[in-house]
Amino acid sequence: MRLSFGAWLAVALASIAGAAILLTSFERPPVSVVQRGFRGTAMEVVYNPRALAVKAYLHQAPEASEPADADGERAKEVYQNVQVLGDLSVAQFGRVMQAITEWVSPEVLDEAGNPVPAAGNFERGCNYCHNPENYAEDSVYTKVVARKMLQMTKHINEHWQSHVGNGEAGQGAGVTCYTCHRGNPVPTQVWAQVPERDQRRGRGFTQDSASQNLASPVVGLSSLPYDIFTPYFEQAADIRVAGNDPMPVNNRHSIKQAEWTLGLMAHFAESLNVNCTFCHNTRAFADWSQSSPQRVNAWHGIRMIRDINVNYIDPLKPVFPANRLGPNGDPLKVNCATCHQGAHKPLYGANMLRDYPELNLTAGTPAPPESARR
Amino acid sequence: MAFLDFEYQNIFTRVQVRGPAYAGVSIAHEPPEHRQGKPTFSHLFGQIGDAQVGPIYLGWVGLISLIFGFAAFEIIGLNMWASVGWDPVQFVRQLFWLALEPPAPAYGLSIPPLAQGGWWLLAGLFLTISILLWWVRIYTRARQLGLGSHTAWAFGAAIWLYLVLGFFRPIAMGSWSEAVPFGIFPHLDWTNAFSIRYGNLFYNPFHALSIVFLYGSTLLFAMHGATILAAGRFGAEREVEQTLDRGTAHERCGLFWRWTMGFNASFESIHRWAWWFAVLTPITGGIGILLTGTVVDNWYLWAVKQGFAPGYPEVFPNMNDPAGVAATAAGVAATTGATR
Repeated sequence: MRLSFGAWLAVALASIAGAAILLTSFERPPVSVVQRGFRGTAMEVVYNPRALAVKAYLHQAPEASEPADADGERAKEVYQNVQVLGDLSVAQFGRVMQAITEWVSPEVLDEAGNPVPAAGNFERGCNYCHNPENYAEDSVYTKVVARKMLQMTKHINEHWQSHVGNGEAGQGAGVTCYTCHRGNPVPTQVWAQVPERDQRRGRGFTQDSASQNLASPVVGLSSLPYDIFTPYFEQAADIRVAGNDPMPVNNRHSIKQAEWTLGLMAHFAESLNVNCTFCHNTRAFADWSQSSPQRVNAWHGIRMIRDINVNYIDPLKPVFPANRLGPNGDPLKVNCATCHQGAHKPLYGANMLRDYPELNLTAGTPAPPESARR
Repeated sequence: MAFLDFEYQNIFTRVQVRGPAYAGVSIAHEPPEHRQGKPTFSHLFGQIGDAQVGPIYLGWVGLISLIFGFAAFEIIGLNMWASVGWDPVQFVRQLFWLALEPPAPAYGLSIPPLAQGGWWLLAGLFLTISILLWWVRIYTRARQLGLGSHTAWAFGAAIWLYLVLGFFRPIAMGSWSEAVPFGIFPHLDWTNAFSIRYGNLFYNPFHALSIVFLYGSTLLFAMHGATILAAGRFGAEREVEQTLDRGTAHERCGLFWRWTMGFNASFESIHRWAWWFAVLTPITGGIGILLTGTVVDNWYLWAVKQGFAPGYPEVFPNMNDPAGVAATAAGVAATTGATR
């Protein structure tokens, strides 16, 4: 076949472009498939073992320290201003303090073994929360936050077994500080309210764009609405859009609303590294009888996240310095990715709580009202 | 080694015979000077079609159509550009994600401010005027050339689907917000959200018919194209000679299909097959869209009610709505007396 030089050049360029797209867009087989429903319904989760191996370090639980003696004097009898960990033994108290330091604000050492100072006004190690002159006082704001977070951890493990307990009492992994923090003072996956200027991007009389149509990582780089956390994870906006009746009876949900729901679902899938069929039979997304138990778990998870954000994080707003707040002046809050970080179970279900019974001895907080669980 | 012979297996037209430029036939009330542009020749075009480019007939209808079409294009494009703060780099990078959105549901069928969907209404109006005028142009050109109006009605079938999506159905639903946004990925997300909101469009029989005609069109196109190309060595593409000497290409084509499947289309009927399959794709699809939300709210539950959605054994038993309100397929089947 005789082609002109131009034609050969075009074929060569097209081949190079095609190869570049092929190599950068697709993962090479084989993939592993986990069946999630009846055969033939395509309910399956697809994993790429090589991609999982690259991210495996993210889901590695640190080794537990030696258990502490539960006997002896109580912490509140020895130390001052111990408000939530007072019922621990002194040994347990010390063990928890050490663990929290490792989990939240570990010392960073250089090659010579000397501590590397943190940027800004923050310090690492014990002094991240404590005034080294007087450990008991509350002058460092992070100590006030840490106290609230200890109460929150206890609260989740006590009242949200429906999400972190895997449905069976005592079977689930629960949560510890490490579930979110992973060695970072601020967990890596957090969110803040989208400021007005980013919700309505058009200026003057041009269209306001209604918080959608940008390649947003929040919704898996789709063009779906990207301001999904405030309505669903702080407020209790309606997620269900499909009707319960075959005929149009009284279902006033709009297609635009369905796009917001779809955006939230994209966040679920991204955060857990799963696809729709992890929870749903996609022929009938809304039908619970055809869904997997993980969908019920996720339903409780949504309520748990709202409880955390509204009752534990938002009230800390006056405590945080300005540089720890989002552009709207609200504290950085949690979503699915905060704990899951790309695993269907945080830390692939490693039961760290079992190794740290001290976290369950924290002074309790009241159960969330029944309305929060609906 | 005939199967390795490239002579009749080309992607491009291999021989270009070039004569003087041809102004086209004279038609009543229109001297050839009414066609604009001096004809030129393009070797590249000659490889995939006719090498002669132009002249073109635009006329007032065509001109007004282009003006309205350009206005719609600008409204859409400039609003997209404004949504990235007039940043040219972001405009190019995010182009496939950007959109012009219809108004929010709260506006119903009223006319919202420009920034709240008014631009979408205006762009839709201009684009519709442009498309309808282009249809008029297609119809009148065909008539003036003494052709049938098949092309115009085929185009009309596509316009039907377009109007159902952006005009008839939103009016029936009482809200412009039900319409499709202008944008590459956003209109795909809309399609997905539409199906989820209305309980899975795959259970909509008219959607199924539309898919049948769409896939059928591609099959027919492949069969017809392959048949004619395969008979190219006998001059199948030279229609004039076929009318004079039937014993060659087209007769072999017919015999090929008669011998492989017993039945064969005729020279003319194969094009009727193709026309109807193509035209029925958007006609049936448009009917399916128009019924969605207006007559049926949840196509999956409707299929359960009608008894054609299959039931599967439960893999996870005792799965219930934790909020305790949702209907299930079994519930719908029970209340409507349908069997699954």
